[in-house]
Amino acid sequence: MDFTLKVWRQKNAKDKGYFGTYQIKDISPDSSFLEMMDILNDQLVRENIDPVAVSKGCHDGPVAFDNDCREGICGICSLYINGRAHGPDDDITTCQLHMRKFKDGETITIEPWRSAGMPVIKDLVVSRNALDQILQAGGYVSVNTGGIPDANAIPIRRENAEESMDAASCVGCGACIATCKNGSAMLFVSARVSSLALLPQGRVEAARRAKAMVSKMDELGFGACTNTQACEMECPKRISITHIARMNREFLLAKIKD
Amino acid sequence: MSEKLNSKIPEGPLSEKWTKHKSQIRVVSPANKRKLEVIVVGTGLGGASAAAALGELGYNVKVFCISDSPRRAHSIAAQGGINAAKNYPNDNDSVYRLFYDTIKGGDYRAREGNVYRLAEVSNLIIDQCVAQGVPFAREYGGLLDNRSFGGSQVSRTFYARGQTGQQLLLGAYAALNRQIHLGNVKSYNRSEMLDLVLIDGEAKGIIVRDLITGEIQRHGAHAVVIATGGYGNVFFLSTNAMNSNGSAVWQCYKKGAIFGNPSFTQIHPTCIPVHGEQQSKLTLMSESLRNDGRIWVPKKKEDVEKLRTNKVLASQIPEEDRDYYLERRYPAFGNLVPRDVASRAAKERCDAGYGVNDTGLAVFLDFESAIERLGKHVIEERYGNLFQMYEKITDVNPYQEPMMIYPAIHYTMGGIWVDYNLESTIPSLFAIGEANFSDHGGNRLGASALMQGLADGYFILPYTIGDSLAGKIQVPKTDTNHPAFAEVEKTVKDKIAKLFAIKGKEPVDHFHKELGHIMWDNVGMGRNEKGLKKAIVEIKALREEFWKNVYVPGSNDEFNQELEKALKVADNLELGELMAIDALDRFESCGGHFREEMQTEEGETKRDDENFMHVSCWEYVGDNKEPVMHKEHLHYEFVQLDTRNYKD
Repeated sequence: MDFTLKVWRQKNAKDKGYFGTYQIKDISPDSSFLEMMDILNDQLVRENIDPVAVSKGCHDGPVAFDNDCREGICGICSLYINGRAHGPDDDITTCQLHMRKFKDGETITIEPWRSAGMPVIKDLVVSRNALDQILQAGGYVSVNTGGIPDANAIPIRRENAEESMDAASCVGCGACIATCKNGSAMLFVSARVSSLALLPQGRVEAARRAKAMVSKMDELGFGACTNTQACEMECPKRISITHIARMNREFLLAKIKD
Repeated sequence: MSEKLNSKIPEGPLSEKWTKHKSQIRVVSPANKRKLEVIVVGTGLGGASAAAALGELGYNVKVFCISDSPRRAHSIAAQGGINAAKNYPNDNDSVYRLFYDTIKGGDYRAREGNVYRLAEVSNLIIDQCVAQGVPFAREYGGLLDNRSFGGSQVSRTFYARGQTGQQLLLGAYAALNRQIHLGNVKSYNRSEMLDLVLIDGEAKGIIVRDLITGEIQRHGAHAVVIATGGYGNVFFLSTNAMNSNGSAVWQCYKKGAIFGNPSFTQIHPTCIPVHGEQQSKLTLMSESLRNDGRIWVPKKKEDVEKLRTNKVLASQIPEEDRDYYLERRYPAFGNLVPRDVASRAAKERCDAGYGVNDTGLAVFLDFESAIERLGKHVIEERYGNLFQMYEKITDVNPYQEPMMIYPAIHYTMGGIWVDYNLESTIPSLFAIGEANFSDHGGNRLGASALMQGLADGYFILPYTIGDSLAGKIQVPKTDTNHPAFAEVEKTVKDKIAKLFAIKGKEPVDHFHKELGHIMWDNVGMGRNEKGLKKAIVEIKALREEFWKNVYVPGSNDEFNQELEKALKVADNLELGELMAIDALDRFESCGGHFREEMQTEEGETKRDDENFMHVSCWEYVGDNKEPVMHKEHLHYEFVQLDTRNYKD
């Protein structure tokens, strides 16, 4: 398969940036999207090596993009493809997208996440430090290592464990934030709040946790939630917005108690 | 050297060794802990849990991670589960049985004392994770559920769907986040350790490259903990994440840390087959699938031919024409034989011409009978995310047609040699998790990597490092202006400058792929003298070619992924050679190390306990010099050595 790629190029956080246009050929439909990006980079590096290509102005160099596990679980990939977070397929991260989902000859536009809370580092690479900071503010059960009761000491309703697991499936990619017109991190934050609030171990400090994480989120400049549900639509792990409702409840309860 | 290789295994009965050792090692008072600094490199299960636990104890911890967040570490991709000897299912499991299965699964090439301790602390891990809010699978009664894994006849594996590693890592990451919040741990993301700094022969710090700015930094401490995982990426195609690498381990080796059993590599039997030359990595399908999936190839060659040319679907081949070869060869364990056994059996069938896809390198993993027996919804509940992952990659619906699978490089049992305290031969340098060599012998059992990472990080290192640090309470903070730091920093900067200066004709990946081919063909599932000798020559030549002809674009002072890769590939080109040298030396078959010259008539591994019941410990003595091998002899006091038998 052959494609025309329009790829966002930006040297660093301060650079203005532009779209680079590249032609790419002979891509196997069984290749993953990131394997296609590898081939593009091989081509761009070889153009840097080739003096003829350089003299014709081909000196963009390889495209920086975050990738690691390439099986949809580490959550590092962060490409906005043809106007959608993680591209045209549903329920997957970019690394699980395959070229058979595109038409031969198609023009594909590739951009980084664009959101105030996740500034560009280079090309398609963004900083998600803010997400770490929110979790550091309270996304845990405050227990030290050791001195713990037996794992079966507290039975947990299976339904609760399952729903907690649904929320805990969040990979922290940031697609919800990149998709949200307000740049809100509510789905991400609520997934953690809800996952822990559903379990007796996390219940103990549920209110404190919700307050701490929400206030950190606000402090870091993420937008408000206006219930458009776009986040849920684009979440590669189908995290439900019911978790936002649960977080709001925890947050309100905490505020009332104050 | 023999003095250096003192394993420090305590005397006495197996079940009392760890208790006795803990009571005898020193501890550090809270006031003194505050004065001591520890560097932890890596944030997978081992690194994150160690950093969190050390922070909780009150040490000053600095933790380094190559990714944008500690949560991305490759432990996150572990699917199936974590073992523990809880005996919740009442199937007569015990600490001893877990210990025994692990020693046997490792083909009697691990230390009894270490493995027993691992089994002993396994139960604490489950308690700890539940307390952190890890949503393990549960029964309707509210108690924890278990499943079976390879190499064991009891159900002792705890799991969270097919995402157990993710959930355990999020637990450790949360504990780490709490310590960061409390100010006990400082975390450095997108930071890569490029070298180790020794002062008077002791580990005192590391040289780090900030991956965003390219700045080369010095960090000092009273102790350095390496938790950077394995080196499977030497093979280019593996189930490891793209950025997983053995470079930190390799730098420690080149600074004098002994490397244990570098050739011991695990090849996982159930991975999605290679689709072609554009492939960048391989995807694992969890071993837990072998609980319900049955592995087969056709009995008849004509069916193989029809499958390859798409003239027949797997589901149309009648039951009597299928060869469930694991059930046939290993009736007692069936589809749940250990990984090395299952991998070799798949290779044997494919080499005999029964591979079921167009490359001839695939076998079926079939859920038809499980779906019939349990219903589709049960299978979906157990493995839904894995089935979805399979369908997204291959475009085939595994509820209707069997999965196609083939073995791939997955894990490295070898690593930095450590004693019972997890300390390497360099004082104050510790190694935990996959980065060390210690607990899995010649083959790791499924669901044991998560167990080892967390055992080391939560419950072993925090005790044993105290013994070393107790002697340093008077030692001032490491001065990074010491000439030793300047010297190592200069070698790092020179190496980077040299890479840019080559301006050759081939991108970095070209060399990595070439190396991968050499390794897979000669140092992969089947190894023999001729192939290994050839590999050593070829790797040397490729390394020379790399240093003459690689092209690294851009500069050091920027986010530069090609430079990151180049530094790793440069190390892989040395590490791969040591793996081949070790494999050549070990003229026996054990676990994942299969020397074709050493097999039984039935094609099973043939160990040589008389000559090889040791850890091969390699010492670096200089560039382009043959490394020197030392032996740590293994003593089996409690377990009777046996030929691994999974047949009856």
